[in-house]
Amino acid sequence: MSMAMDPPGETDARRAALAVLARMSRAQLADAWTGLADKPDVYEMRAPETGLVMVRGRMGGGGRPFNLGETTVTRCTVKLGDGTIGTGHVLGRDRVQARLVAVFDALWQRPDTRPLVEAAVIAPARRRLAEDDAAVEAETAATRVDFFTLVRGDD
Amino acid sequence: MYVAVKGGEQAIAAAHRLLAHTRRGDRQVPSLTLAQIAEQLSLAVDRVMAEGSLYDRDLAALAVKQARGDLIEAIFLLRAYRTTLPRFGFSHPVETATMRVRRRISATFKDLPGGQCLGPTFDYTHRLLDPLLAGDPDLPDPARRDETTGAMPRVTDLLNDEGLIEPDPAEADVPVGDLTREPLSFPADRDLRLQALARGDEGFLLALGYSTQRGYGRTHPFVGEIRLGEVEVEIDVPELGFSVAIGRITVTECQMVTQFKGSAKVPPAFTRGYGLVFGHQERKAMAMSLVDRALRAGELGEDRVAPAQDEEFVLSHADNVQSTGFVEHLKLPHYVDFQAELDLIRRMRAEIAALQEAAE
Repeated sequence: MSMAMDPPGETDARRAALAVLARMSRAQLADAWTGLADKPDVYEMRAPETGLVMVRGRMGGGGRPFNLGETTVTRCTVKLGDGTIGTGHVLGRDRVQARLVAVFDALWQRPDTRPLVEAAVIAPARRRLAEDDAAVEAETAATRVDFFTLVRGDD
Repeated sequence: MYVAVKGGEQAIAAAHRLLAHTRRGDRQVPSLTLAQIAEQLSLAVDRVMAEGSLYDRDLAALAVKQARGDLIEAIFLLRAYRTTLPRFGFSHPVETATMRVRRRISATFKDLPGGQCLGPTFDYTHRLLDPLLAGDPDLPDPARRDETTGAMPRVTDLLNDEGLIEPDPAEADVPVGDLTREPLSFPADRDLRLQALARGDEGFLLALGYSTQRGYGRTHPFVGEIRLGEVEVEIDVPELGFSVAIGRITVTECQMVTQFKGSAKVPPAFTRGYGLVFGHQERKAMAMSLVDRALRAGELGEDRVAPAQDEEFVLSHADNVQSTGFVEHLKLPHYVDFQAELDLIRRMRAEIAALQEAAE
């Protein structure tokens, strides 16, 4: 594989893109696909498949690992017409979602389509996710307890 | 003894057809959607995921619907489903320190970095039935306070800085036990115990945790911290050569801080029990942490005198699918076994009658 030749930061950038893609809903991914003016040919190297991943926790939160329980995961590997290989992993059982993540992962890797994927797919999704997080944070912050001490008796 | 008996096929088919009809209830009432169950009975769904040991909200909602709200039956359905899927691997351990927190409280420290956030809690409600909920009342949007929360370090890490509390168990170069792969054997290490507790029956663990509070293996517990929120699931993907985040799951974590342990050489420090559960399962996480701590009796040099400290007793009976399987199998036909018992008791009675007759 070409891992060793990847420029520094390339892997981190791809991981970041994949992390956002994995959290996009099927509808959002399908809209992004529909919005593509120039759709590539897509071949399934490994058709979408659902299986289990054992989620681990740590004893005490930060100690030795233990097995917490499983989650459903769906994965898919695709190859574009130009040979670029994309991989998708999503929580749950949505095969279309996993396949679309793989397609956009492949498009992200291609120098000619990466700017488009970043601008039209990743960036808006990242913005939405940040807005969702901010909303939850603000709602949670509203339930923060402001302690005050009652002074008893006369002064 | 089990002997095959034929018959009853038509009765069974008709019973299942009747079950489907009864499950549906009055057909004038609209059928529940899975989204309604997942959104509005979310804690039932969480419990089914936790004890079914399978994180999948849609499947758990389906199981609740199919089981007519019988959560143990729903858990059974989820456990059965998981056996049909291949195992892809395991995740990196979830990092609860960087959780997107929706609730975080401590009963031990008032002022914490990040503060105490009550979140969506039943605490401090008056437990009065709300007649308005018989309808679909308009609700105000949640209150908001726009400020950055900042980091929310775990309370146990704060105490750790002073050395007052035992640290997290250090990493060890041993495989992580998995009771879905090998059956439990005893003594069981803490990794296996925590796995069994995380999927154990909430009611059973609640009763055991309560028993430790009432004196059966007392540990003087305080809730160091409870936190609820979302954590990232990250997996290694061999063909990529790096790990990827594949989404977030909701978990509840409880850090129970319990009585000290020390010796002539080691200064006393608080000990700890740990609870971590899928979904919003606060009661379960608390009970789990109490039982985890009780089960550490041997490791901490305490006498094992109470049920909650007996790992074979606790772990062998914590799984409600196993428990219900063995209890409920009693209602299946045992005609031949019982016939043998009948023969035996008749013989015994005849012998006694014969002895009595001889004595007279």
